Amino acid sequence: MDDTILLAHGSGGKLSHDLIEKSLLPSLTNPLLAKLDDSAVFELSGRFAFTTDSHVVNPIFFPGGDIGRLAICSTVNDLSMSGARPVYLSLSFIIEEGLYLEELKKVVASIKAAAEEAGVQIITGDTKVVNHGAADKLFINTSGIGVVPQGVNISGANARVGDKILLSGAIGDHGIAVMSQREGLRFSVSVQSDCAPLNKLVAEMLRVSLRINCLRDPTRGGLATTLNELARQSQVGIRIEEEKIPLHEGVRGACELLGFDPLYVANEGKLVAVVAAGDAEKILEKMKRNIYGAEAAIIGEVTQERKSKVIMKTRLGASRIVDMLTGELLPRIC
Amino acid sequence: MKFIDEYRDMGLAKKLVARIGRLSTKPARLMEFCGGHTVAIMRGGLRQLLPPTVEMLSGPGCPVCVTANTNIDWAIALARLPNAIITTFGDMIKVPGSYSSLQQARSEGADVRIVYSTQDALQIARENPNKSAIFIGVGFETTAPTIAASILQAKADKISNFHILCLLKLCPPIMKALLDLGELKIDGIVCPGHVSTIIGSRPYEFIPRDYGIACVVSGFEPLDILMAVEMLVQQIEEERPQVEIAYRRGVKPEGNTRALELMESVFQVDSADWRGIGIVPASGLVFKAEYGHFDAAQVFPVTLEPIKEAKGCICGSILRGVQTPGDCKLFRKFCSPDHPVGPCMVSSEGACAAYYSYGDEMDNG
Repeated sequence: MDDTILLAHGSGGKLSHDLIEKSLLPSLTNPLLAKLDDSAVFELSGRFAFTTDSHVVNPIFFPGGDIGRLAICSTVNDLSMSGARPVYLSLSFIIEEGLYLEELKKVVASIKAAAEEAGVQIITGDTKVVNHGAADKLFINTSGIGVVPQGVNISGANARVGDKILLSGAIGDHGIAVMSQREGLRFSVSVQSDCAPLNKLVAEMLRVSLRINCLRDPTRGGLATTLNELARQSQVGIRIEEEKIPLHEGVRGACELLGFDPLYVANEGKLVAVVAAGDAEKILEKMKRNIYGAEAAIIGEVTQERKSKVIMKTRLGASRIVDMLTGELLPRIC
Repeated sequence: MKFIDEYRDMGLAKKLVARIGRLSTKPARLMEFCGGHTVAIMRGGLRQLLPPTVEMLSGPGCPVCVTANTNIDWAIALARLPNAIITTFGDMIKVPGSYSSLQQARSEGADVRIVYSTQDALQIARENPNKSAIFIGVGFETTAPTIAASILQAKADKISNFHILCLLKLCPPIMKALLDLGELKIDGIVCPGHVSTIIGSRPYEFIPRDYGIACVVSGFEPLDILMAVEMLVQQIEEERPQVEIAYRRGVKPEGNTRALELMESVFQVDSADWRGIGIVPASGLVFKAEYGHFDAAQVFPVTLEPIKEAKGCICGSILRGVQTPGDCKLFRKFCSPDHPVGPCMVSSEGACAAYYSYGDEMDNG
């Protein structure tokens, strides 16, 4: 039985070495990783950004991506959201015994592809195997280090009155793609997860203007939650227009059907940028030329009034408060 | 999106709003019966668009909200039975009962699963023949036929471990009960949309006849609701209360006869316990005798602790249309969707949750 992961694969013995050398290293190798020392030693200089993220998505494969691509992209994106250029990542697997080796190999191939696309190297890692039932197939933790270029000063607390709010594309694709695969809720949609590394998009935006004050990727909790975080951190009001927010038909249909508000549905390849009004148009133009910003739009602005609140002008011309996500998304019942 | 955008057309909405403004000279207090209507009104910010003469009030049309505490306690007691799987629609798991919630019971080891249809609940029963699969049957006339269908299917497939805790309720009788209480001062009712696709518009005819109150059945898109409001205002101005349909693409006066037959084959009318209102005669559905073996209440007798109502919670008055979420001392301060005290804050169609999440600038100062 060499086609599933066994507890012994995590024992540190021969099977562990086999797994690392045959299934992991060949795909991911680079000089720092290949040393297989207890820690990776490297030189870097400047100002750093450091972040970590754990991934427990269920199912591990979904339309448009898998847990491997997600693990790379989300850490790359967290670094990018502070304006950093991601350089090195760590990669740590917690595997439930019984996972098919083929599935693990598929995830590793996807990690390799995503890391190459983002231009980052995985320089250290770990593998543990736990008893059946102690994890759900596969959990992945990634941490990352990035270098923050000079002159970049991005923080959720930096939004200023008058700034414009840019969104890099349509919302809700990831959440709906994953949900469409969940047990008990299988429905077929044309929606693909938007899971993507945004570091190159951010680098291009920063080349056009350093007056990018906040960057954030609206993952869990969706666009609504991210905008609320920014409004609170910066102690400003945010006013957006429903009409300006890009939304794919498939996501809209699924949300109508399930009673979800797309503003609260997760994204994995989108960013919100709060930028100086004078530079908004040229940043937008640049974003539109990147594959991950093709549908970018200016969706609103930062206001003096209604501090810490997000107000949305509805399609019908009325205004309503957009609050943070509370609880979990549950479909409606009648 | 086809068949959605047409009902959210901004130009048409503006025209309707202008027409309502021109028409309305008398005060029009309107109750939107359904939680779904409340959500659509709050989400679209419709109240701001209406003239000051038109006032909108939430009604009892949220099945989770009107489920009495004792019935929540009952569901939790069933969840704690050995060998039981509880299946339920999502909103129910968070509703606090007297001492606990299904969510809490689940964290303590009970097998509580969220399903999206009664067919999924039946499938779980099929896949677990050695366990008792109990579906928490909460809902109005919209849900009742689908539950009846699952029972008939279970009977045909000889699935004996499928049971329903039947908490189904009926809309026209509760409207009558509320109006008979005498505390509700309204001029018109935005009548349920989905419920009426099943029962039709005729069951509301006693309302204009006996109470002089205007009735218009409405759909759930902004234009549906604005059109219903316009028709109600027109009736009120002309003093000709009657039942009209603003949701003709879904509702016929006679309803869905097939669904009604299905419902009547499995259930019979009986009294029901409504939160904030109490036991209302002929306002609920129970199993007919020949389907008694599907009835969780008969198959699994449980003893319940005395019920305890949450202090300060005014969900009952909100459901009766005599108070609004803003009147509640707990609202926003001690009661939020993350820490709900009463059911109106739990359900996605609850008035408190809708006011909390979508409250427009009028409600939030």
